[in-house]
Amino acid sequence: MPDTAPLSVMPLDRHGIAARIARDIPEGWYVNLGIGIPTLVAEHVPAEREVIFHSENGVLGVGPSPPPGVVDPWLINAGKQPVTLRPGGSYVHHADSFAIIRGGHLDLCVLGAFEVAENGDIANWATTKNDAAAAVGGAMDLAAGARRLWVAMEHTTKEGKPRLVARCTYPLTAQGVVKRVYTNLAVLDVTPRGFVVVEMVRGLDFESLQAQTDARLHQAA
Amino acid sequence: MIDKFVASMEEAMAGIQDGSVVLLGGFGMVGQPDALIDGLIAQGAKDLTVVANNAGTGHTGLARLMELGRVRRIICSFPRSAGSVVFEALYSAGRIELEIVPQGTLAERIRAAGAGIPAFFTPTGAGTRLAEGKETREFDGRTHVLENALPGDVALIEAWRADRFGNLTFRESARNFNPIMAMAAKLTIVQTQHAVFAGGLHPEVIVTPGIFVDRVLHVPYAMPVEKGGENA
Repeated sequence: MPDTAPLSVMPLDRHGIAARIARDIPEGWYVNLGIGIPTLVAEHVPAEREVIFHSENGVLGVGPSPPPGVVDPWLINAGKQPVTLRPGGSYVHHADSFAIIRGGHLDLCVLGAFEVAENGDIANWATTKNDAAAAVGGAMDLAAGARRLWVAMEHTTKEGKPRLVARCTYPLTAQGVVKRVYTNLAVLDVTPRGFVVVEMVRGLDFESLQAQTDARLHQAA
Repeated sequence: MIDKFVASMEEAMAGIQDGSVVLLGGFGMVGQPDALIDGLIAQGAKDLTVVANNAGTGHTGLARLMELGRVRRIICSFPRSAGSVVFEALYSAGRIELEIVPQGTLAERIRAAGAGIPAFFTPTGAGTRLAEGKETREFDGRTHVLENALPGDVALIEAWRADRFGNLTFRESARNFNPIMAMAAKLTIVQTQHAVFAGGLHPEVIVTPGIFVDRVLHVPYAMPVEKGGENA
């Protein structure tokens, strides 16, 4: 194929987004992964790179799911799935587990979201203002407490509605906390001037990305 | 001789009053004192406020206690999950009060109660609807929300090992809310998988010392799974 041929856009799938995030996590970081795409990130960190995963229910050093037949029912993650413990792992009670989160000890938390705003606001727990029984879990603690908050999500809803917005319309989880967003189309930093595009998937141009984004995008300087 | 072991469920549940605030250990099924919840169902106390991470699943345990109309109010972080059918039905019928608390704020409110701290400021929840109506204050330019301690009248706890002094250890992630709830209630009742002789727990591994524990019931072979066999 000649170099001048137009490239078709190649959006990342869920594992592709997770793998892209994993590339940016250095050895030695303590990391909490939310439910959904963030959970997949652990699978894409190479075994020789030591990253310590934390789970809200008091597990530090979370390992992969156990093979069927050797499930330990007392060892679960925050999504209530069976997990294993890596060498060097430890158990703490809930107040200490959230002191890890709220005390600013996590290098990184990766969460899913319904919406992220250009001022760093995140909405990821309640879908409507009227749902008074929505489950918040540890989302507000993680969003407010981690040293870095990255979000992993599809760039738009299934109906094509932008999720990167000027202002969140869903109930907020925390204000002004998101540092970076990884979508199926792009990586974007949240800066004082708004979303700055760090990179885009192959074949996508800035104007097409802007067309799928509610907030105004900025090119990296 | 100090001996916090009780011989029967009736003895374990004795004196729990109507209107009590009950702290219930566990994260989903793991670390949840199922036998003690069944004991509370049989004991009969009503008009309860239950503090737990989840609002029960299926029709057993906490869900059964709610289904029987014994819970007036639930304070939790994650009421809605797969199988929380009883909670959903009661809530939509207006027959149960709900207070949603961020999970870390819930844990810290319980810990604060056990540590004699009446209230604290946290940035968690600031600017969200869970902070509406609450006092706020700026620290280092950031908004913090005032949260009150959450003491219990009764705590129901699941331990892995216990001795007659009430010293406890926990198994893996079944530790969760149990140690802090044991500290935060006037009456702390424990079910333990294993009963060990006095001195049988190495002092270095005791997670909850017996000072926080009032009664211990030996309930061997408790498994953190629903009758269907799956964690929830």
